[in-house]
Amino acid sequence: MNNFFKILLSAPFSAKVGMIIITFYLVVAIFAPLIAPYGEYYLATPIAYEVWSSDYWLGTDNLGRDMLSRLIYGARNTLGLALTITILAFLLGGILGMTAAALGGWVDQLLSRVNDVFMAIPSLIFALLILSIFGTSIPYLIGTIVILDATRVFRIARATAMNVAVMDYVEVARLRGEKLGWVIRREILPNIAAPLLAEFGLRFCFVFLFLSALSFLGLGIQPPTADWGSMVRESSTLIAYGDITPLIPAAAIAVLTVAVNFVVDWMLHRSSGLKDVS
Amino acid sequence: MKHILKIVAQRIALGFLTLFAISLIITFGVELLPGDLAQAILGQAATPDAVRVFRIELGLDKPAYLRYLDWLGGMATGDMGVSLSNKRQISELVGIRLSNTLFLGGFAALVAIPLALALGILAALYRNSLFDRSINLVTVTSISFPEFFIAYVLILFFAVKLGWFPGISNISTELSLGDKLYRTLLPAATLTLVCVAHMMRMTRASIINLLSSPYIEMARLKGIKPMRIILRHALPNALAPIVNVIALNLAYLVVGVVIVEVVFVYPGLGQLLVDSVSKRDVPVVQACSMIFASVYILLNLFADIISIVTNPRLLYPR
Amino acid sequence: MLVDRKDNSGSESEPLLQMKGLRIEGLSESGWQEIVCGINLELKRGEILGLIGESGAGKSTIGLAAMGYARDGCRIFEGEIIFDGIELRSASESQKRQLRGTRIAYVAQSAAAAFNPAHRLLDQYVEGPVAHGMLSLERAKEKGRALYRSLDLPDPDNIGERWPHQVSGGQLQRMMVAMAMSCEPDLIIFDEPTTALDVTTQIEVLKTIKEIVVDRNVAAIYVTHDLAVVAQMADHLMVLRHGKLVEVNSTGQILKSPQQEYTRNLLGARSRDEKTPTQIPNPQTLLSIDSVTAGYGKGPDILQDISILVERGQTVAVVGESGSGKSTLARVITGLLPTRSGGVSFQGELLPAALNQRQKQQLQKVQMIYQLPDVALNPRQRVRDVIGRPLSFYLGLKGKEKESRIKELLRQIELPENFIDRFPDELSGGEKQRICIARALAAEPELIICDEVTSALDSIVAKAILNLLQRLQNELGLTYLFISHDLDTVASIADQVVVLYAGRIAEQGPKSAVFQPPFHPYTRLLLSSVPEMRQGWLEETLSSRETQAGIAREVKITEKGCPFVERCPVSIEDTCAHARPPIQTTASSGHTFACQHSAKVLLEESEQ
Repeated sequence: MNNFFKILLSAPFSAKVGMIIITFYLVVAIFAPLIAPYGEYYLATPIAYEVWSSDYWLGTDNLGRDMLSRLIYGARNTLGLALTITILAFLLGGILGMTAAALGGWVDQLLSRVNDVFMAIPSLIFALLILSIFGTSIPYLIGTIVILDATRVFRIARATAMNVAVMDYVEVARLRGEKLGWVIRREILPNIAAPLLAEFGLRFCFVFLFLSALSFLGLGIQPPTADWGSMVRESSTLIAYGDITPLIPAAAIAVLTVAVNFVVDWMLHRSSGLKDVS
Repeated sequence: MKHILKIVAQRIALGFLTLFAISLIITFGVELLPGDLAQAILGQAATPDAVRVFRIELGLDKPAYLRYLDWLGGMATGDMGVSLSNKRQISELVGIRLSNTLFLGGFAALVAIPLALALGILAALYRNSLFDRSINLVTVTSISFPEFFIAYVLILFFAVKLGWFPGISNISTELSLGDKLYRTLLPAATLTLVCVAHMMRMTRASIINLLSSPYIEMARLKGIKPMRIILRHALPNALAPIVNVIALNLAYLVVGVVIVEVVFVYPGLGQLLVDSVSKRDVPVVQACSMIFASVYILLNLFADIISIVTNPRLLYPR
Repeated sequence: MLVDRKDNSGSESEPLLQMKGLRIEGLSESGWQEIVCGINLELKRGEILGLIGESGAGKSTIGLAAMGYARDGCRIFEGEIIFDGIELRSASESQKRQLRGTRIAYVAQSAAAAFNPAHRLLDQYVEGPVAHGMLSLERAKEKGRALYRSLDLPDPDNIGERWPHQVSGGQLQRMMVAMAMSCEPDLIIFDEPTTALDVTTQIEVLKTIKEIVVDRNVAAIYVTHDLAVVAQMADHLMVLRHGKLVEVNSTGQILKSPQQEYTRNLLGARSRDEKTPTQIPNPQTLLSIDSVTAGYGKGPDILQDISILVERGQTVAVVGESGSGKSTLARVITGLLPTRSGGVSFQGELLPAALNQRQKQQLQKVQMIYQLPDVALNPRQRVRDVIGRPLSFYLGLKGKEKESRIKELLRQIELPENFIDRFPDELSGGEKQRICIARALAAEPELIICDEVTSALDSIVAKAILNLLQRLQNELGLTYLFISHDLDTVASIADQVVVLYAGRIAEQGPKSAVFQPPFHPYTRLLLSSVPEMRQGWLEETLSSRETQAGIAREVKITEKGCPFVERCPVSIEDTCAHARPPIQTTASSGHTFACQHSAKVLLEESEQ
């Protein structure tokens, strides 16, 4: 535990800032109902696009709902969904990837080929296709993105697991007669945890941006649920008047992604062990 | 020589196989809908007659494989069927949009690629200098921003506040090249910003990786000048990873184009795709998806082939 | 063709290279640490200085410093480096660049890594002279081909047109030496040039190096850990340890009367301790390999018709160079690679060919120790988990019982008990290998396969490991199948020896019989290729007939006939190329070899 905190403290400035920002977002997302001044769907005033005031710190949106509250609830909805999707994608892709690396042979060939086909489809296109057929209900949304993302996770899990699988200590375990599950859990997994964690961060960013993009296009999380992507869409006409309101939810997306990227960058730098001598 | 032709041929075959698989997914994705597609799309207007007509229009009355072959044949000859929403020939709709999208994409790529390569190589050479660190900061933030954020920021500053460029990029064939370039500048700039950021980081990473190779050290120990080391020793080996990076990013461009077209209301294929999705105009969506997917796959195929033919181990086996 | 050394003594009194108080530090996780601590060095024109030491001695770093060069992560922070009057530390980058490649050249350990895979070999040769403006392109190419010819490289006019991956290891290394000569430097630094090569390949490279350096009166710094090799090459030796000087003297003096204990240890580790074979009252066959033929995928047979008997309590050494199939043999025995014909029996019972068909008890009885302890231990597992797992998996031990057994095993491998909670990265190479041995012992096996277990260790540490293995065998009655390429190691530990060549058994029998005439022609080549720790050995060996026939040729796996035919000085035309060599016996019991000639004939040959 001590070691863990020492490592955290040794991080460069950017990573520290990143971690603080991430914590802040998590707190907002978890405690949303306690922090937001108004309800998520609450029609506070009949006046749309009110200016920033002491009642409504960020003004109101196109239906007269308080922007600030919507923003706070948006954190919970968007973050929560993105996190769920990333975790599911990771479980799917990770387990399949490690299995393919550990078993090799035709299992690996089959899984890799199938994975290649799915990876060859541009994600946005595929998502749009599915959504146009099935409509934009949340389960289909989750399912689509999970499958698409799992392909990338599969690839990196397989690659890192393969690097480990050729090590003699894995052969030692196999020669002992250990079962596949044990080999994956005790020999392979502990040694690929670090790069996988970094990948988790990157995947989360991607899912997060992707969800926002879909919502922005009107095809993701549907109103009236508060979601940053669709909030940008709803207030986009204001840009023509020089009002920066649409930029606020967009900035909220950007800031979190930047923070995660800073932390991931640091993690990758640590694990690659590059010697930086000027 | 024969050996490498075989590898390339295998790769091309794989590419076509993938295209085939995707076309299957695109056409038969429709089958997976629980319940009936006609019902789902027509919704309230699903009278028995309407449903029947709809099914005939979509060819749902024919057996699946016939439908697929029809569609395939159609795609190959340029007849992509008819749009559900406005009853026009899809090929008409798609034709002009595709050329607009290619124009936008091409414009962005022509600026982004040389810029990204130059910055990436310089950052790798002057690793950890102020230049490198600041570029790194800028690119990390750049790849973290959603495209629509960058797009709106650009619009806010350059279109609304400064009034230099139009916020809506309406182009048509009658415009001159200069005019077209002027109107597409902001959307192209958005695409470029994101692409340069990705490409530069990947280039930098592969060059750094290359520079730590033992033969680079050997060249230094032979007293070769640094510029010559970069050009004659590093670059020939960097060709494959760099081409890979470019192809991956061009493929990424294909997707980024969609968002940008929507924000700037640019009459391209991406805009068409998104509109059709909201209208649930399935044949148009299928056609557009197929085109995007093909471009994506072909770019990846191209990258793979380049990395095969630049590898002396494969060109001249033992 | 080796010419007598030119007499250098009076011509140049000024040394070519001088180092005074050289200090170099390296960056590690815990900050900057000194890796070279105050070295003084002098080298005259045409002299060869050997830098000898184990890993971490700093010898490579000093060699590179002679060019004023420090690797990434290292910096020269004190001292003077004077090359022909030019002080290198204060010289500009441009000055240093002009010297490198032209007056001081470098030969790396791995030619495959040092050559750029994207350029042809001759192009890389001419790069130096052309880039430094010394020769025109055409002239440089001519010189290159002439040099290849004088070094006896095959097809000298065209070999330069090849790519690095198309040329064998020994040839590539020689071409790297040629490349170093391209600008006719005054000093060449050889950084472990033959460490990665087989002994039979090593000889051809040593010959090349000696010719070049002697013929053209080039000064050289020869960095190595192998005393026997450097004894052939150097006039003076500098013994290094942990970046400090231990001893420096002429080669002859160091070999005959070393002053320091560390030097004596180095000499001792390298000397051959012949083991007296253990006598077993009732020999019991433990492992029987019967006519095994095996290969990978659809490829050719890597092992052909291998039959070996391993008796309980003995050490059977399997000797082979690269391409011999010895690692494949280990995989067949453990079940990782199924046989194509023939089988492996343990204690009379035929073992199922595939690993997943074997019973736990069968797996338990045969344990393996690997070459690279870094890779054989899971970096995320502590010693207690590494040794504890076989205890719980095979023997069902738990809790206090398991803990005390782990401690007992630690004592047996001569490590302190408090190592039990350490991670592998907190252990040295030798300690890690001991843990691997303990892991094998924990299963309470009958047979342990040792796959090149000392090849990656420093010689002093390796010797300690061999002693440990021998002691454990005496105490516990273990049986070893010892795979190695190093004949000295084999001599000190084996009872029986099996010599593998190109997947076939060339010769096998009791060690004393195999290491004495009559020899299979390959065994003879092998034995004569092992450097002895005396000066002049290289010249002697090179003049012998078998070396001249055998070196500079590749190992070819053949379907019919004898695979050694192209390298054999006594091969019979036609017969040896087409007919399988029959198994011959000798006067010693249990000693057989595969050759067309009988033992008597070969005995006469060896007396010539």
